[in-house]
Amino acid sequence: MPKLYTGAEIVFKCLEEKKVNHIFGYPGGAVLPIYDELKNHTSIKHILVRHEQGAGHAAEGYARSSGKPGVVLVTSGPGATNVVTALTDAYMDSVPLVCISGQVPTHLIGTDAFQECDTTGITRPCTKHNWLVKDVNDLQRIMHEAFEVATTGRPGPVLVDIPKDIQFAKTKYISLKKEKKIEIKNKNRFNQKDIDQLIELMNKASKPIFYTGGGVVNSGPKASELLRELVALTGFPITSTLQGLGSYPGDDNQFLGMLGMHGTYEANNAMHDCDLLINIGARFDDRITGKIDEFSPKSKKVHIDIDPSSINKIIKVDLAIVGDVTDVIKSTTKTLKKKNINLEKSNKQKISKWWQQIQKWRSKESLNFINSDKIIKPQHAVQRLYELTKNQDTFITTEVGQHQMWAAQHYKFNKPNRWMTSGGLGTMGYGLPAAIGVQVANPKKLVIDVAGEASILMTMQEISTAIQYNLPIKIFILNNQYMGMVRQWQELLHEKNYSESYSEALPDFVKLAEAYGCVGIRAENPDELDKKIEEMINIDKPVIFDCHVDQAENCFPMIPSGKPHNQMLLGPKDQEENKITGKGKALV
Amino acid sequence: MSKSKSAYSTPTKVSKLETHIIVVWVDNEASVLSRVVGLFSGRGYNIESLAVAEVDQKINISRITIVTTGTPEVIQQIVLQLKKLVPVHKVGNFKREDKNVIFKEMALFKVVGSAVKIKKALNACKKFNPVILDQTKKSAVIQITALRREIDKMIKNLKSHGLISVSRTGAVAMTRGAEIFN
Repeated sequence: MPKLYTGAEIVFKCLEEKKVNHIFGYPGGAVLPIYDELKNHTSIKHILVRHEQGAGHAAEGYARSSGKPGVVLVTSGPGATNVVTALTDAYMDSVPLVCISGQVPTHLIGTDAFQECDTTGITRPCTKHNWLVKDVNDLQRIMHEAFEVATTGRPGPVLVDIPKDIQFAKTKYISLKKEKKIEIKNKNRFNQKDIDQLIELMNKASKPIFYTGGGVVNSGPKASELLRELVALTGFPITSTLQGLGSYPGDDNQFLGMLGMHGTYEANNAMHDCDLLINIGARFDDRITGKIDEFSPKSKKVHIDIDPSSINKIIKVDLAIVGDVTDVIKSTTKTLKKKNINLEKSNKQKISKWWQQIQKWRSKESLNFINSDKIIKPQHAVQRLYELTKNQDTFITTEVGQHQMWAAQHYKFNKPNRWMTSGGLGTMGYGLPAAIGVQVANPKKLVIDVAGEASILMTMQEISTAIQYNLPIKIFILNNQYMGMVRQWQELLHEKNYSESYSEALPDFVKLAEAYGCVGIRAENPDELDKKIEEMINIDKPVIFDCHVDQAENCFPMIPSGKPHNQMLLGPKDQEENKITGKGKALV
Repeated sequence: MSKSKSAYSTPTKVSKLETHIIVVWVDNEASVLSRVVGLFSGRGYNIESLAVAEVDQKINISRITIVTTGTPEVIQQIVLQLKKLVPVHKVGNFKREDKNVIFKEMALFKVVGSAVKIKKALNACKKFNPVILDQTKKSAVIQITALRREIDKMIKNLKSHGLISVSRTGAVAMTRGAEIFN
């Protein structure tokens, strides 16, 4: 008779077969059998968080920085509901997560038992798929399917809800190798004809632009290498979404910077005026397109995406190529090289005028700000942080708000998987736990959470997790005592009625750091900034860096609401020069 | 529009609404219907009617027929989003005007009144294959199969013939000819 395993054992056997090394979680009544089994599986390390939302974001940071799926383990009821924000965040930003949740025993489901909730019901709209395991014989298949669904096609979160009696029940276990391979949905659906069409469009274009997104990062490091080759080969300008930063070197001359609501003047104007727009792994998000009716009106549009439902969802395109970014770019460069050996030269002449125009936009220097020697400007702080960390392999996470946009604008990324930020859902409190996950996946590397003082307080408790596992993450708080982005919108759109956006009572972050057992550093003027940043980098412990910045600073440039790309609101310098301070307000 | 304070832009062009019948083949498993219906409500799509039943007991396949209205872009999204659901095998999409597709709905009418009244009611239904499922001296239950607007009309007409209760299904659909949808 074959050996029988409990449901809890099967969970771990599946995790082992999937080569999972870390899980992020929090125990509770309905997952105790699984926690009991943890001690027998030394290859899997459990990271105990302080709140299940933290487990979810940590797993996201882990997944985004390593390319492997993040695994979360939580209990029933509140454990499951607490992880919902992180699941939704992962769903919006296409991060592969496998969340295992405990559930009350099968016979109690539906009776309003202690710590019972309809977990699969609640998480149905925020996962790619979820399962309630009602029979231990299904557990193994479901676990493997869960990893398959989470990591293939457009990645995303899944949830497996396992009632406590199923965790105890016994059954046989068949090794994965013997099992039939599960059919994979949504793979490549393009053919050579599509690629030929793309190349024809590229040949004809005189004002082309690449617009790349998180899909390039999700497709794996190879995709970024191929993208660099393709961009070099064609000589086309390239801009990236928030999520795509790092897949193309941020300091390269062909890179126009980020586009969208707080993107650069050159990137947005190039998007508006181009005659060929090649979208690689991005989804025409509303923060990118601005006013849809006037979005890039003169261009032929190509959309390369693995998810067929992303095509024509927001913007109608002329050529859709459904497939993995890596495979599409590979075929494109291969065909390009075969057919047009001189493309680079001929193209460069053809598009030289386009580059001249781009240089004109560039000369606006839209990311400029008026620096000060008395008060730390937040942009200056990010620039200094970049200059002082760019020589080592640095991972940046962020919270959500002005600091996030400044980090995206002023920190230049050269590699994919180095930039973890909550874009789709915009989750304040994402960065600290995400940094923990990043540090777990990348020990010895420098991991910095560029934060705001309001966001950080949402998941502050996780600093305790960082201490417990000696994860030397750096929390770099741009402290302006306001919910800065809210304040900015209130200033520009709501007649400076700063309704509830000022934090009356903030903690002393240095003392708070000490209370948690890590190091606190405060910087209050520009002269001491560099020295203190260096001090932070050199401490091999978690650090909370309280950087006091200008409270009134706004994040520019900006596309005001309901406006197209070519009607950007520029910074104070430009506003003064053009005397549109008054009109500028009317614009929004 | 000019002085919008919203962070979101509103489209100025909206295409014309069309009515479509979406046919979805799914694994007949727990909560599959709520996945499909949840997709519609979550993304703001509209369901006019819904019919669902298992059509293959051996491989546990259910067939869901949904009548929906939306712009062509929305209809396309509905199909693509449905295809992403794990238990969905295939999705069919037909315009209501499509001559190659048959649509039918069924309705049960309870009519109460004298034998004469019931006979009148039955006569009125003549065009729609009426079947008497139950009859007493004072009442009858009549089954008809027809298009939605025909049933709507019948309900109006039968009001004066003693109609007291109506139960009806959502539309089901099938293509004409020997071909099946793949």
